Amino acid sequence: MTKAAELAKMGEVLTNSQIGGRRNIVINGAMQVSQRGSVTFDHAATGTANLYGLDRFQFQSAALDQLEGTITQVADAPVGFTNSLKWTTTEPESAIAANETFDCCQKIEAQDLQQLAFGTSSAKKLTLRFYVKSSVTGTYGINIFKADSTARQLTSTYAISSANTWEEKTITIPADTDSSGTIANDNGEGLRITWHLGAGSDFTSADNALTWTDYANAGWAFGHAQNNVALTDNATWQLTGVQLEVGSQATPFEHRSFGEELALCQRYYEVTGAGQPAQANSTTGIWCGFQFKTQKRAAPSIALTAVNQRFFQFGVANRDASNASLQQTYLTTKSCLLRIEGYSGITAGDSYLSGGLVSDSTADSFISESEL
Amino acid sequence: MKITKAKYSEENKCVLATIDNIKWAVPIDSANRHYQAIQEWAKIDGNTIEDAD
Repeated sequence: MTKAAELAKMGEVLTNSQIGGRRNIVINGAMQVSQRGSVTFDHAATGTANLYGLDRFQFQSAALDQLEGTITQVADAPVGFTNSLKWTTTEPESAIAANETFDCCQKIEAQDLQQLAFGTSSAKKLTLRFYVKSSVTGTYGINIFKADSTARQLTSTYAISSANTWEEKTITIPADTDSSGTIANDNGEGLRITWHLGAGSDFTSADNALTWTDYANAGWAFGHAQNNVALTDNATWQLTGVQLEVGSQATPFEHRSFGEELALCQRYYEVTGAGQPAQANSTTGIWCGFQFKTQKRAAPSIALTAVNQRFFQFGVANRDASNASLQQTYLTTKSCLLRIEGYSGITAGDSYLSGGLVSDSTADSFISESEL
Repeated sequence: MKITKAKYSEENKCVLATIDNIKWAVPIDSANRHYQAIQEWAKIDGNTIEDAD
């Protein structure tokens, strides 16, 4: 490249890239946060699976028969990182039929993508960089999907050249200037990055390589050629250092503090509720309310973390349910008020604190979930 | 998601649902992914969101 060409390229990068401020659009790209711990993927048990493992990263599947595996945070990463997401196949699929898919993805909230100006002549290019490692070499597919009224997508591929070796991959994503590419300014899904791990022939025939097109099943995994992670017992696939940024140039990974990354994740999932005030309203039910640590994307679903869901009545007794169950809720993006039934030996009007205070465990707490 | 039970809570404030073997209280909010899944599940013949007690 001549000096003039180099300067022209530099000018293009300076014009079209984000120089300062937060660059990485992906949350938990360094795989620091794993609030759910290790999770087990079992397609047969869950039907069409949409299983979150490490925070913000979801494993999806459709129409599979046997596939089972584990999703864990492991201390194995390329230089500059400490953790990665690791998929391990524990029961392989017998074959990937035409209508079957299996992938890992991150769905990004639409209102966090308005700077892309998609759907206008000012739309910006994006660059995706990540580090990947697998026991299975071959060509894998990537899909960038835009939800909303007219769903759009494009695909690309990356090669795993050496088994069990960290490799860095970079993909520049063209701007979507078509008017149907508009990303709504709301709390819904804006873009989805999908790493394909298995895709049948129904999803690989329409060529949309690095070209935005209206969504069609046939283009969902165009270029994806290697299904053996799903077909091989003990096969592994790992991912870390995921960065999606504006511009055509991959810049160094934007490391965020653990606390900052955790707070970003808690907009979608948190375990909380220890030490919150509560009061019995009958001989079997207790009301408990609290604010979330982070305002949620949408009103969250709530689940209990313990069968007995302990409340403390200081100086009197611990109150454990025989089989605690939520029976009534008031749920907003900022707070919740819950009535839990299943207690005995309590008196209406008595005051309590929710459990989980005496250790750092998540026992006797509450899961709030507003993932995309 | 595998939904095995769904029932409105008192005053229809939420849907009490068993999803992938976890009992959730799901807000009646179209932006909530569990509620979206329950709505799709209820469209299938034989699936019904039970009325509140």
